Amino acid sequence: MDPFSAASPDVSDQPRPDFPEAKQRRTDTDRWWESFPWWMFLVGSLVVVLLALVVFNEDYRAAWSAIFPGIYFTISATFSAFAIATVLGLLAGMGQLSQNVVFKNLARAYIEIIRGIPMIVLIFVVALVVVPDISKALGVPNSVPTFWRAVIALALIYGAYIAEIFRGGIQSVPIGQVEAGRSLGLSKRSTTWSIVLPQAMRSILPPLGNDFIAILKDTSLLSVLGVLELTRNARQFNASTFKIKAGFYTMCFVYLVLVLALSAFMRWFEAKMSPEREGER
Amino acid sequence: MKIVEVRGLTKTFNETIHAVRGVDLSVAQGEVVVIVGPSGCGKSTILRCINLLETPTAGDVWINGVNLVDDETDLDLVRAEVGMVFQQFNLFPHLTVLRNVTLAQMKVRGRTQEKAESVALAQLERVGIPDKANAYPRQLSGGQQQRVAIARALAMDPKVMLFDEPTSALDPEMIKEVLDVMRDLAADGMTMIVVTHEMGFARAAASRVGFVDEGKIVEIGTPAEVFDNPQQERTQLFLNQVLHH
Repeated sequence: MDPFSAASPDVSDQPRPDFPEAKQRRTDTDRWWESFPWWMFLVGSLVVVLLALVVFNEDYRAAWSAIFPGIYFTISATFSAFAIATVLGLLAGMGQLSQNVVFKNLARAYIEIIRGIPMIVLIFVVALVVVPDISKALGVPNSVPTFWRAVIALALIYGAYIAEIFRGGIQSVPIGQVEAGRSLGLSKRSTTWSIVLPQAMRSILPPLGNDFIAILKDTSLLSVLGVLELTRNARQFNASTFKIKAGFYTMCFVYLVLVLALSAFMRWFEAKMSPEREGER
Repeated sequence: MKIVEVRGLTKTFNETIHAVRGVDLSVAQGEVVVIVGPSGCGKSTILRCINLLETPTAGDVWINGVNLVDDETDLDLVRAEVGMVFQQFNLFPHLTVLRNVTLAQMKVRGRTQEKAESVALAQLERVGIPDKANAYPRQLSGGQQQRVAIARALAMDPKVMLFDEPTSALDPEMIKEVLDVMRDLAADGMTMIVVTHEMGFARAAASRVGFVDEGKIVEIGTPAEVFDNPQQERTQLFLNQVLHH
């Protein structure tokens, strides 16, 4: 068996020297079962089985109605945290590449501090200490709602990781692109927005999508704050009914479906965002 | 008045690498100056200093009477008057050919999309590829890409065009199509400064040929003077190497 035949199909397109002893290379269609996406089949089966349990099994149904309301928190926290983290990441990523000494060092410090502390520790510290302290210092009379404290914690954490994604993406654009823009008379800002960032997006989007999904999954860490998201709901259901299996499996089911849907969306979005790559995949 | 006036241009990298050591050059309207010289002699750096892609360590560069080295000068405005064509084309890969040519017209010249597109199509016609307006750069050959790059620069109505080894990254069969476009431009009276290894182009199209070595213009004169009767020993040595092989 040739392990490379599926991985590099374009090789078979090239004319091959006609050696008499050279065996005819198999085409992809001969051994379709080698390239068939069986993983989809396995994942799909799991989803279907879990779905059947949730629909037909009484315990799972009870777990579902206890857990599912948490989806509102989970989804709104995911989107809010991702939006804030992307803006923070863009600022810190461009800050690192800035000529300005202050921006550069602030960005670097932010990233190093966040990356140097475990995520769950940061969630505790930011949501329970930093945000209340800052709001008190700013003289805000009421305490910040738990939802926003949780979202800010997650956004601050992921902002630092996303900053590195932006930095890498911007640096992946050849310097000649900037020179071409500037030599046409485009300002620094126009060059950045019309030339560098759109091209950087190509290498930024896939890892950014990964982090979007990672944020969705990491909202489960917010359960330590006592907010009513999916994980917290599942644990409460387990604690009050002792139907641990139904609770945990139902929770897995909800997360899995959410993540699968989100990654399908990201793949579609990436394809849509790079029309010049049409026909490449 | 001269379109380009360079006085005492010096460029030193990292305080140790002396790329350009005191270059004077003035280029009049409609002149085609071709700069030749061995690799690493500083000829590209001279060109890149003329639109300040490199900041000169010392010396002055005037474009149409405006000193680029002056801090008061709005560089973006002057750069719009100086077209630049790069060795690696540097087309914007995420934009169609048409958008490549209209982008700066709209953002810098403030032209409407309609106006910019009609200028773009006229320039693409001029370089011989009007039918590729809606293609993306990666769908074009190197020669076609370089011609789009020339059209992109021309669309800004530059006072002078700089060419930085425009054919060095091309396959041999595509060099001619680009040189033909440049020859037509020269015949139309465009002021051009061209860094190249194409001696045939230099001889045919140049008003003057400058030979650069070790960051200085060693010799400058008409193609006949420089190619047929070089005065400097270094020029003779270089021409011997490139012309007789």
